[in-house]
Amino acid sequence: MNHNDFNKLYPRRTGLLTPRNMEKAGYAGLTVLTILTVLPIIAVVIYILVQGAPAISPSFIFDMPRDGMRAGGIWPAIVGTIYLTVGTAIFSVPLGIGAAIYLAEYAPDNRVTQMIRIAIINLSGIPSVVYGLFGLGLFVLFLKFGSSILAASLTLSIMTLPVIISTTEEALRAVPHAFRVVSISLGATRWETIRRIVLPQALPGIVTGVILGLERAAGETAPILFTGAAFFLPRLPQSPLDPTMALPYHLFVISTQVPGMPVQIQYGTVLVLLVFVLGMNLIATWIRSRARARRQW
Amino acid sequence: MSLFEIYDLTVEYSDGTESLQGVTMNIEANEVTCLIGPAGGGKSTFLRVLNRLNDLADVKKVSGKVMFKDMNLLDPKIDVIDLRRRIGMVFARPLPLPLSLYENVAYGLRTAGERSKAKLDRAVEQALRQAQLWDEVYDRLDAPASRLSGGQQQRLCLARTLSLEPEVVLLDEPTSALDPISTAKIESSILELKERYTFIVAPHSIQQAGRIADHVAFFLQGELVEYQPASEIFTRPRDKRTEDYLQGRFG
Repeated sequence: MNHNDFNKLYPRRTGLLTPRNMEKAGYAGLTVLTILTVLPIIAVVIYILVQGAPAISPSFIFDMPRDGMRAGGIWPAIVGTIYLTVGTAIFSVPLGIGAAIYLAEYAPDNRVTQMIRIAIINLSGIPSVVYGLFGLGLFVLFLKFGSSILAASLTLSIMTLPVIISTTEEALRAVPHAFRVVSISLGATRWETIRRIVLPQALPGIVTGVILGLERAAGETAPILFTGAAFFLPRLPQSPLDPTMALPYHLFVISTQVPGMPVQIQYGTVLVLLVFVLGMNLIATWIRSRARARRQW
Repeated sequence: MSLFEIYDLTVEYSDGTESLQGVTMNIEANEVTCLIGPAGGGKSTFLRVLNRLNDLADVKKVSGKVMFKDMNLLDPKIDVIDLRRRIGMVFARPLPLPLSLYENVAYGLRTAGERSKAKLDRAVEQALRQAQLWDEVYDRLDAPASRLSGGQQQRLCLARTLSLEPEVVLLDEPTSALDPISTAKIESSILELKERYTFIVAPHSIQQAGRIADHVAFFLQGELVEYQPASEIFTRPRDKRTEDYLQGRFG
């Protein structure tokens, strides 16, 4: 093939649309798209900070609401959200991690296991209000827990489980198979192998998944709406069978149900919820990066 | 009586890969027995039958008889945990556990229930000396095992297996990923220790078999073609296929 044929087959492109220029345009386009996705998040945070910061004070955090919630603090809602998050963790963490260990380490690879896995994936796509109604039917009415922290925590747990199970299973599967073979070749049982090698290696991934799941539980309104959230309570809950106030539901109430609500209390509440959730996020990030720095393989 | 008496051992995998067909042989105690042959010939399968690591693989069928002393290793009811403490294994790639040097070597004893720090210390030191690694690492036993070089890691793996004082040590191409110095150290460990242990090795070259083997078994496509004392098989192979393999006509 002589030179002229080559040029005929692969004509050199000229003008603006050279490959080099197209590549540059592509990079620029992707960069703009990335910035566009981050902008709204930054905007939301700044807006809430500006609007909500003036409301924040020790009395706003630690006082009971007064004057039909138009004054005073949001202490019972903060405490309630902490109760609900801890309650959710108590039920969902052991159950979720246990199920994930079974699925990743013990379950035979057959149709039943696949069905379980598909069910779990689908559970995470169910709208949260459906969990709320389910919790109302099962925990509040059938099991007679009433509208309570217990019923709401159980409902939130069911919603959180799929997240915890799938992230934990993924973290377990990321541990190299060779470690298991070596451990077993040294006379360890499967469970000893899991406990001494696999779980410690998977821990950062598990913790991340757990926190992401609990974070979602902490911010949800719909599942607790019928199962344990109270419009207003004059005192803090005394037992797991009491209903409780909670930040997300309180926010809904003071935004739509109370006329003449000072706007800064609303944004103050949003800010507290945001800090709560972002705080959990930060902890997850910190654990992950610390574990990554210590990783030995 | 030989340490292992293997009769008509046949192994088939579900996916039809590497298998064994009717292998019959005896393996003597306190010797180095080398398994040679091209890849896929059944050497690894054979080794993994001996400490039942094949339980982890997708095996379709195992038949025959594999007697280790008076225990049939193919019997599903035997205590495989105990068996794996008596028949240890070193793998082709250095595979330190994600623990410190010390904890790697102590791992088997700890899972066996040993709690005495003094006993663990002694066992760790002895195993590291036997694997010719002690002098290089005695001052940093708490460092992560992954910091070691590949050759050191593999000697750590040998020490980890020796720490349980097994009766038999299986080595599956233990030096295939190593530099010549580490290879030489592992080979000399094997030769020094064969008075105390029985070694069954899939060496990574015929030359290595020549340096360490007392007996050599030649596996080809799942079949045991020839099994002879090392001096015999290298000088007077009986089977044409063995001769061709030893002379490098295929492999």
